[in-house]
Amino acid sequence: MTLISIDGVSRRFGEVTALDSVGLDIRQGEFFALLGPSGCGKTTLLRILAGFEQPDAGSVRLDGADLLAIPAHRRPVNLMFQSYALFPHMSVEKNVAYGLERERLPRAEIRERVGAVLETVGLAAQARRRPHELSGGQRQRVALARAIVKRPRLLLLDEPLSALDKKVRSEMQLELKRLQHEVGITFVVVTHDQEEAMSLADRIAVMNGGRVEQVDAPVDLYERPRTPFVAGFIGANNLFTGRVTGKGLEVDGLGVLPAPAGSEEGGTAMLAVRPERIRLGPVTDGEGVLRGRVVDVSFYGGVSHLALSVPGHDRAVLAATQGRARVEAGAEVAVSWDAADAALVDGVSGDRRA
Amino acid sequence: MTARQPARVVGKAAGRLATMGPGFGYLTVFLLVPLALVLSYTVFRRGRFGGVVYEPTGENFTRLADPLYLDVVIGSVRLAAITTLLALLLGYPTAYMIARLPARWKVVALVAVVLPFWTNFLIRTYAWIVLLNSEGPVNSGLKALGLGTVDLLYTDGAIVAGLLYAYLPLMILPLYSAVERLDPQLREASANLGARPARTFWSVTLPLSLPGVLTGCVFVFVPSLGNFVIPELLGGGRRIMVGNLIRDQFLKARDWPFGSVLALAVIAVLVLLLFAQAWAARRAGRGA
Repeated sequence: MTLISIDGVSRRFGEVTALDSVGLDIRQGEFFALLGPSGCGKTTLLRILAGFEQPDAGSVRLDGADLLAIPAHRRPVNLMFQSYALFPHMSVEKNVAYGLERERLPRAEIRERVGAVLETVGLAAQARRRPHELSGGQRQRVALARAIVKRPRLLLLDEPLSALDKKVRSEMQLELKRLQHEVGITFVVVTHDQEEAMSLADRIAVMNGGRVEQVDAPVDLYERPRTPFVAGFIGANNLFTGRVTGKGLEVDGLGVLPAPAGSEEGGTAMLAVRPERIRLGPVTDGEGVLRGRVVDVSFYGGVSHLALSVPGHDRAVLAATQGRARVEAGAEVAVSWDAADAALVDGVSGDRRA
Repeated sequence: MTARQPARVVGKAAGRLATMGPGFGYLTVFLLVPLALVLSYTVFRRGRFGGVVYEPTGENFTRLADPLYLDVVIGSVRLAAITTLLALLLGYPTAYMIARLPARWKVVALVAVVLPFWTNFLIRTYAWIVLLNSEGPVNSGLKALGLGTVDLLYTDGAIVAGLLYAYLPLMILPLYSAVERLDPQLREASANLGARPARTFWSVTLPLSLPGVLTGCVFVFVPSLGNFVIPELLGGGRRIMVGNLIRDQFLKARDWPFGSVLALAVIAVLVLLLFAQAWAARRAGRGA
């Protein structure tokens, strides 16, 4: 069931187009992510959903009703700010109670709900502290508690993990997922960090230059990028641009590379091969697709990353292997992959090479 | 600790002293010395032609309790307080809107606020006499509307109007800087949690700008309380404020000890006020 329906939303700031005819559907109860580099329009879209910004064109509907006609303070939408925006002059419990007091709920109910939500985020003992007496992770929990205690239809999270150090980050990541499951609120997280988006979200909208490039589940986004931007942005990828032929993708200087069928022959396309799909073998005549020389080997424990220089290709080809690499820097290797393991992306224009 | 550390500490202290020294020296000599003189005069008898006779006495202080003088002090505090309150009520909305203007217009507005300071204070006060006198533009306007003339000049109202005019910028500037410093996301967070703009103002903006409010109030109250030019020119001498009284004790009555006691009373009121301000600012600013 669709909760939020965004259609043809555009917003310009002077000469800058922040959003260019954006269309999206967000489903009831899902964990949705808006992912893109800074300046892609994701924050503007978030601010439009919260009511801090009005689009120049387009519509936003919540349960079929026009959301844009409702002022910010009456929307069933709460936002967890990136800076947390906790009220510094109020204690933790006052911060959390603030939203419920605005609904003019009975005092007893407010006290009960504030207590319950502080219990949920593990801050019951800090209820009387001021925000400046808390750690970064605790402040974030207060911000989260303050937003979910209102039981909104939609919870917006602006870069929820960016300000936390690594250890607290992974804790919070698990906690966000648990909470989302527990409270059943639709979450929309805005982030520039693909790991954050991939690990948290059920579905991700990748945005670039004010447009939505692709909306998909994390796995589909990773395995079947549909635009050159997504292929280059999500994860590490080896990208080759060339012409589609019956046998594969013909690339200047490299020959015909194995590629899945399905694209129109003669068209320009981009081939994306994940490092972990690259196979390396001994150099013997007729074997492999490309010849390369190992320039660098990095061992990460579970995996090793190799960088290969391939004559005719201006970027290093990246390969990943399980465990330690069996080749050393300087070795000549044959590089190959299965056509089915690669993704072919249409719609490459000359100036949009990733 | 190594043996070198004390030397380094001394060096650091010397450096600090060299930097702060000249300013502190100036203040010490020209503020503290006169202040010490004034304090010491309070306990001696007056000299016949000014100055003091070094015979200790407490009668200067008992004179302060005389209703004649106490009323002047209380009346002055009242006028200064009214001026401060009006300045706050007028200044806060102005400062609030300036803080929310686009950057370019902020500069224009701030320059406009301090522009009156570029004209001589006396000239501006004389302008008020012209404005308020019975033949002045205000009364001409009222007459033209058939409302008759009103005695505006030489009233408490005229004094307050003049003080307010003189010191309103001193209220607006600290308020502006307090409001301007507030994270706009706090207002957004408040709206996001369901607060109407008015509620956001009372619960978030105002409490967080309280240190600025207190600073502005002190900036207006202090010079208003001590002012003696405006009461004389716009009050026409009918209303004496404590500033006039102090000046008259020194320059006309030649009673330096009693003038010093009055000055001390004003200083005491201000010190109390500053303590109250510091206390409230610490409370409001905790964690901000």
